[in-house]
Amino acid sequence: MTLSVSDLTITRGGLPVLEGLSFSLEPGQALILRGPNGSGKTTLLRTLAGLQPPRKGTIAGAADQIAYAGHSDGLKLTMTVRENLAFWARVFLATDIEPALRAYDLNGLIDRPAGALSAGQKRRLGLARLMVTDRTIWALDEPTVSLDTTAVGLFADAVRGHLGQGGSALIATHIDLGLEADVLDVSPFRARLAALGSADEAYL
Amino acid sequence: MIALLIRDIQLAFRAGGGFGLGLAFFLIVTVLVPFSVGPQSALLSTIAPGVLWLGALLACLLSLDRLLALDWEDGTLDLLATAPLPLEGVATIKALAHWITTGLPLVLAAPVLGVLLNLPVQGYWPLVLSLLVGTPALSIIGTFGAALTVGLKRGGLLLSILVLPLYVPTLIFGAEVARRGAEGTDTSTALLMLAGISAGAAALLPFASAAVLRVNLR
Repeated sequence: MTLSVSDLTITRGGLPVLEGLSFSLEPGQALILRGPNGSGKTTLLRTLAGLQPPRKGTIAGAADQIAYAGHSDGLKLTMTVRENLAFWARVFLATDIEPALRAYDLNGLIDRPAGALSAGQKRRLGLARLMVTDRTIWALDEPTVSLDTTAVGLFADAVRGHLGQGGSALIATHIDLGLEADVLDVSPFRARLAALGSADEAYL
Repeated sequence: MIALLIRDIQLAFRAGGGFGLGLAFFLIVTVLVPFSVGPQSALLSTIAPGVLWLGALLACLLSLDRLLALDWEDGTLDLLATAPLPLEGVATIKALAHWITTGLPLVLAAPVLGVLLNLPVQGYWPLVLSLLVGTPALSIIGTFGAALTVGLKRGGLLLSILVLPLYVPTLIFGAEVARRGAEGTDTSTALLMLAGISAGAAALLPFASAAVLRVNLR
C-alpha cells in the first residue's frame, strides 16, 4: 500500500507547524524524517496515524494501515511482558507473539512485570508491539531512545524484515540506523511566521 | 474488545489498580452515618435509602479520574485510538469495566450495609434492584466526564464538578425507588424512569465520549 501525502499543512495547538509537505512512501521503502526539535516531526506522524486531522492537503493510503509508536510505549507496568504483548496482539487480531519476542530478544524476560524492566527493555517491548499489529506502514517517533547498540541492531533488523515483507516505515530519528533509507528533511516545509496571524477559528 | 475488558478488570485487581477503593469508601460512609446521626433507629431507617444511594454515587465518583487518565499517561490511549477498535467501543468497554469493578461490588455490598442503617425489611430488594439498574448509568456518565477531562493534569476536580449535575437525575430516581421500597409503596414508575436513564446513557453517551476523546487526543 503506497502512502502518498500531498500539499499537507499540519497544526499543533492551532498553529501551523509544517506546510506544503508532499511525499510518497512505496511498499518496501523506509523514509527517515529529520529536522530540528520542535519542527513538527511528531505532529506529522500523529497526523498520518489519524490522531489529528490535517488543516489542509490530503493523505492517501493511511487509513487502517499505520502502526504508530510514539514517545510512550503504552505498557501496563503491573502486567508481564507476555500479557502486554498478547493484549496488543488480540486488539490487532494477530495471534502469534513469538516472532516479535524473538526479534527483540525478549524471551528471557517474558514473565517479568513491565514495571521491573529497564528503560531500554521497555522500549524493546514497545517496539515488539509493532510486529503483532499486522499493519503495513510503521510510523515511528524516536524509536531508538534508550536503546543500546545491540538493541538498535535488533530494531534495524526488524525494520529490514518488515520492509522485506512489503511493508514500509516512516521513522523520525537523529541517529544512523544503517538502513537503506531515503531522508526527508522537514525544515524547508516549516510554516512561516506570517501564517501565525491566521488564527484557526474552526480548530475547536 | 473483550481483550480490553479482560485487561481492564485484571489491572483493577492488581497492585495499585484501585479495586476496593469505592467499596471501602461506601463502607466508611455507611458506618459513620449512624454515629453522626445518633442512636435514633426510626430516623436512620427513614434516611437509609438516601444515604445508601448517596454513598454509592460518591464511591463511583471517587474512581473516575483514574478511568482514562492512566491510559492517557502511559500512551495506551493513543495506541488504542490507532487500533482497529472504534473509540465508541473503547468508551463502552471502559464504562463496563468500571461498572464491574466498582458498581457491581457496591450493589452486592448494599444489603449488608443496609443492616447498619436499620433499613426496613421490605426495602432490601428495591434497594438492590435500584442500584443494579442505576449504577451502570453512573459508570457511563462518569466515562463521559473522564473523556472530557482526559488531557488535564489534576482533572479530578473539574471532572467532579462536570459530572455531579449529570448524576442528579440518576440519584433522584434511584433514591426514590429505594425510598418507596422501604415505605412499601409502588416503585414501578421511578424504577422505569431510572432504567430509562441508564438505557439512554448507554445508547448515546459512548458516542459523545468517543467524540471528546478524539478532540482531546489531538
